Amino acid sequence: MTNRTGNTTTTERQLIRKMPANWWLKKPAYLRYMIREMTCLFVGGYAMFLLMLAARLDKPEAFADLLASPLAIALQWIALPMAIYHSVTWFNLTPKVLVIWRGEDKLPGFLIAGAHYAGWLAVSAGLIYFAMSGGTDG
Amino acid sequence: MARSNEPAFWSLFSAGGMVAAFLIPAAILITAYMVPQGKIDAEQLRIVMDHFIARLLLLAMISLPLFHWAHRFRFALVDLGIKNAKLPIAILFYGTAAGSTICAAYLLLPPIFS
Repeated sequence: MTNRTGNTTTTERQLIRKMPANWWLKKPAYLRYMIREMTCLFVGGYAMFLLMLAARLDKPEAFADLLASPLAIALQWIALPMAIYHSVTWFNLTPKVLVIWRGEDKLPGFLIAGAHYAGWLAVSAGLIYFAMSGGTDG
Repeated sequence: MARSNEPAFWSLFSAGGMVAAFLIPAAILITAYMVPQGKIDAEQLRIVMDHFIARLLLLAMISLPLFHWAHRFRFALVDLGIKNAKLPIAILFYGTAAGSTICAAYLLLPPIFS
């Protein structure tokens, strides 16, 4: 096989080095990456908790008992900082995924991330308002 | 290039990441702080969540974050050196997300199933 410059290239050469299992502890950036990836356990865990609540939607006592469970509350308090870490890292990456052109110029990244942070604040306030106000007027 | 179902899973990962980023911290504040502290009555929250729009939102908040978990955790395990069970792990994780989605749809969308 020859490449564009005419040199012969080798194919399928095994150049895979073994990674030590604790590579992600070697640098703060690697550790932050691994924490970011592990937020998915708490995001998924909370989704499972919502599924348990959904299964109790027509059982008022069981629904209230689950929300009052000390274990459920403790796990959610562990999940909260991880969920916030997920949100922050997710919104910080939005300028990399979403590139908006205005004529010849790219819209600056901080504006795209900033719009997501503003949206996060508005959606969070809306959800809490919905939970607090609903039920009384409908 | 061989056809791949990777883009479909990536879209679900991305949608789940977005739903989780926008909604889960506030939802945890409601279920772990405001209800136990008595700022929102558990019965009142149950009635709110029973509304049809809330059921649809709840379904999205269950299904999409689970696909997000399945996709991200699958590759995190590869990063941690678990490389020789890729297919069973993918089937187990995406299967869990799909199964939970069906379960949630069955619980939350009774008009469609009955």
